[in-house]
Amino acid sequence: MLYIPGNNPAMIQQSGVYGCDAVLLDLEDAVALNQKDAARILVRNMLQTVEFYDTEVCVRVNNMHTPFGLADLEEIVPLQPDNIRFPKTETVQDVKDFMKEVRRIEKKHGIKNPTMTIHVMIETAKGVANVYDIANADSRIDAITIGGQDLTADMGIVKTPDGVGIDYARKRIVMAGKAYGLDVLDTVFADVNDEEGLREETEYIKKIGFAGKALINPRQVDVVHEVFNPTENEVRKAYRVYSEFIRNKNAGIGVFAIDGKMVDAPVVQRAITVLEYANIDLKEIEKSVAS
Amino acid sequence: MTPKFKAQAGTFESSDIMVLIEPVTEETGRQIDISSTVMLQFENDIKTTINQVLDELDIQDVHLIAKDKGALTPTIKARVEAAVKRSLGIQEGTM
Repeated sequence: MLYIPGNNPAMIQQSGVYGCDAVLLDLEDAVALNQKDAARILVRNMLQTVEFYDTEVCVRVNNMHTPFGLADLEEIVPLQPDNIRFPKTETVQDVKDFMKEVRRIEKKHGIKNPTMTIHVMIETAKGVANVYDIANADSRIDAITIGGQDLTADMGIVKTPDGVGIDYARKRIVMAGKAYGLDVLDTVFADVNDEEGLREETEYIKKIGFAGKALINPRQVDVVHEVFNPTENEVRKAYRVYSEFIRNKNAGIGVFAIDGKMVDAPVVQRAITVLEYANIDLKEIEKSVAS
Repeated sequence: MTPKFKAQAGTFESSDIMVLIEPVTEETGRQIDISSTVMLQFENDIKTTINQVLDELDIQDVHLIAKDKGALTPTIKARVEAAVKRSLGIQEGTM
């Protein structure tokens, strides 16, 4: 997910062609205090006119405890971007207060079947402590994300390249997200010139369960995709596992072996995850097995 | 409505437009001064867009100066709206 400053028209109008899975149009930290009004109007207009192609569009509004949060919602919610991001979420009550306003605005604009989902952002020690309850606070939350810069500031530590200071928070947030079936997205990697550092961090966060990473420069997109995209060998193996699973399932067999190795439900689930990352339609595999 | 304060919105960056609003006395009408990197091709379109926003916001008397660097229509509309609202004191921003 590529962060785009909400007051930068050049970047917003080009954001559909950077090749990232999602863009975040930022009305919060990337916008100066005296430009909040101008950014809000600009993002509202761009959402109505710019072609984002198949890039998912998220808007990060300001926190409801600031003078800008409610005004942001009034402009953005009626347009129903794919998602809206709620920063500095610390408690279940924060989510309830936020969602109360979202639903009020949707009702005011006659939106009966809202499509916009909610991303909650954990950026303080209090938020990390409450993350399990936050993750389950509303049915429209479909992703949870960690804000490493604000979290380290809140903890009074410096964010180091090895990420050791936020490691506990990362793992706790991943586990909370997994517990409630949410996508979990990692924080930014601030040094855009350190490609190897970005690669190492992305490999690490993939291993501990994150589904994606926040980016601050289009140059970072390819590195993150290279890490998250499965290799050809992994896709072939996953394809074989899933095909055999369907074949055995149709024959009433639950557990089977491939090349002498047992294949059970967790192995099949991992294969499905790989195939999904590779954008392979499971139904197509099922059809080919049946024919 | 008539602008009360000098106000501006936008930047001189590429794909943006800087809009400056100056209050004028009532019944003066609109004076719109445009300079643009795409003046020859788009001056009339830019002016039409600016007038459209001024109509929507019911601004009849104003001096508006626009320095365009190739902004798209939604950007022009956004910057004019922000500058006008700042000049009316509806919202705060630079100047």
